[in-house]
Amino acid sequence: MKAVMISGRTLAQGAGCEDKMSPLYINEVSCCYLSEEDYRALGLSDGMNLLLTSPHGSAVLRAGVDRGLPQGMVFIPMGPWANMLTGTDTKGCGMPGFKGVEVEVTPTDEKVLDIRELMLRGR
Amino acid sequence: MRLQIEDVLCTFCGCLCDDIKVEVDEGRIEKVRGACRLGSSKIMGHNRIKSPMIRVNGELKEISYEEAYRRAAEILINARHPLLYGWASTTCEALKKGILLAEEIGGVVDTTATVCHGPSIIGIEEKGAVGSTLGQIKNRADLIVFWGCNPSEAHPRHTLRYSSNACGRFTPDGRKGRKVLVVDVRETRTARNADRFLRIQPGTDYEIISALRMIIGGKADSLPEDVAGVSKKELIEIAEMMKSAKFGAIFFGLGLTHSRGRYKNVDNALSLVSELNSHTKFVIMAMRGHYNVTGAGQVLAWSSGYPMAVDYARGAPYYNPGETSCCDLLSRRDVDAALIIASDPASNLPRGCVEALAEMPVIQIDPFENPTTLFADVVIPSAIAGIEVEGTAYRMDGLSLRLRKLVDVEYPGDVEILQAILDNVRRLRDDN
Repeated sequence: MKAVMISGRTLAQGAGCEDKMSPLYINEVSCCYLSEEDYRALGLSDGMNLLLTSPHGSAVLRAGVDRGLPQGMVFIPMGPWANMLTGTDTKGCGMPGFKGVEVEVTPTDEKVLDIRELMLRGR
Repeated sequence: MRLQIEDVLCTFCGCLCDDIKVEVDEGRIEKVRGACRLGSSKIMGHNRIKSPMIRVNGELKEISYEEAYRRAAEILINARHPLLYGWASTTCEALKKGILLAEEIGGVVDTTATVCHGPSIIGIEEKGAVGSTLGQIKNRADLIVFWGCNPSEAHPRHTLRYSSNACGRFTPDGRKGRKVLVVDVRETRTARNADRFLRIQPGTDYEIISALRMIIGGKADSLPEDVAGVSKKELIEIAEMMKSAKFGAIFFGLGLTHSRGRYKNVDNALSLVSELNSHTKFVIMAMRGHYNVTGAGQVLAWSSGYPMAVDYARGAPYYNPGETSCCDLLSRRDVDAALIIASDPASNLPRGCVEALAEMPVIQIDPFENPTTLFADVVIPSAIAGIEVEGTAYRMDGLSLRLRKLVDVEYPGDVEILQAILDNVRRLRDDN
């Protein structure tokens, strides 16, 4: 499924953001939220993961539902997982495009990486 | 002895709430009252970096503060073009020291604003902003607009203390006496509590703001029936809602700065507010995220003339966002060492920038371990400002407030650490 990714703050992400190696923070920012309709259309259920791929990179995240999202949009709490999908182009103003990234969303059996594995991937 | 300290400032977000109560027993914080979940989590504290460390054969090894300062100074002296990044979660006094250090080593000082409200600052530089204090909004505003922001999750006490739900001198009925409009691409918790929710498509803020400006300027006839997926009828209703307010306030978030258009979205929103002032009183304010990101911009501005992304490599301050900003410097590999303070770029920057950071020597100054620690070559643990050391911070409306010290710790503060690194830089230079 093609979708538009936006990232942003959540309560749990904020509460954990000065204790980033804690399970609270890591669990929150490694989750990808979809609308109920998209969640059903992809045949997802509790504990299933998604592979998100953008022109800039890819990441495996846990799938969740956010009833406030319209179809065709995914939301990821800001953090290292969302940033795997974000490009570095700032359009000349210093700010990368953290919102509005086009992604391909596919259910996957791959596991969500530990924060250390994610950060040191490819090194 | 158990001690209750009142009127404590919370050093989490730009609200800088100054009415927190903290109970301290035997030099330890035991209880926090009045703070939100985010502030409580920070004030109560958690896992700290225990000792300074340097990386040896890929592993971090504990060393003394003196050795860490010397190693940090060596890295900075040997760099051609070092980056000094972060600053939003520390005091103004710390950044003043950081600027002295950057001048000494010809480095770039950039704050986390460049990946937050940096575009807002560029927009304000271009257009000017009709601003106010949070107190004016609390006491007077009868229309609150949250555009591309979600205070329910990012600034949990904002609505109650300063905006939609606050009771003020001329707004005694609080939420009942106000209208709340939320503009966003998804229905957030904030949107669910609004009187009106305008859902827009991602990246269409500029078109929607332009359409509202046309309606308010009396040119609705020239608009198509549908603007970026929103009907003209709905936009006319929103414009009327704005014009009929006695005192309107727009709070805007990263929905504007992170999306297509970036600073131009903010520029356009500032023009909308300026034009609304032909009809009524309207103000606008950025929802600043870190507790002193506003202060970091202030200190840089009064020291160099520029609010962020200031390059001292030429011997005089040079500023050009898109060139001297953190993401651009890293993705172009235009810096070769980094001092990271009170921030976590490994989590908050795009992957390509993180890869660049991992390739260079990194000095980290922070109370807490975070993903940047995984790449750091020198780690220097610091005291937490507003809890363990005092200092100055600026609230999101530009009001400067004095942070208090609540408990004693053995960790040095950021000011002390930066002064020690600066002393080592000067001494090593003299030796050579």
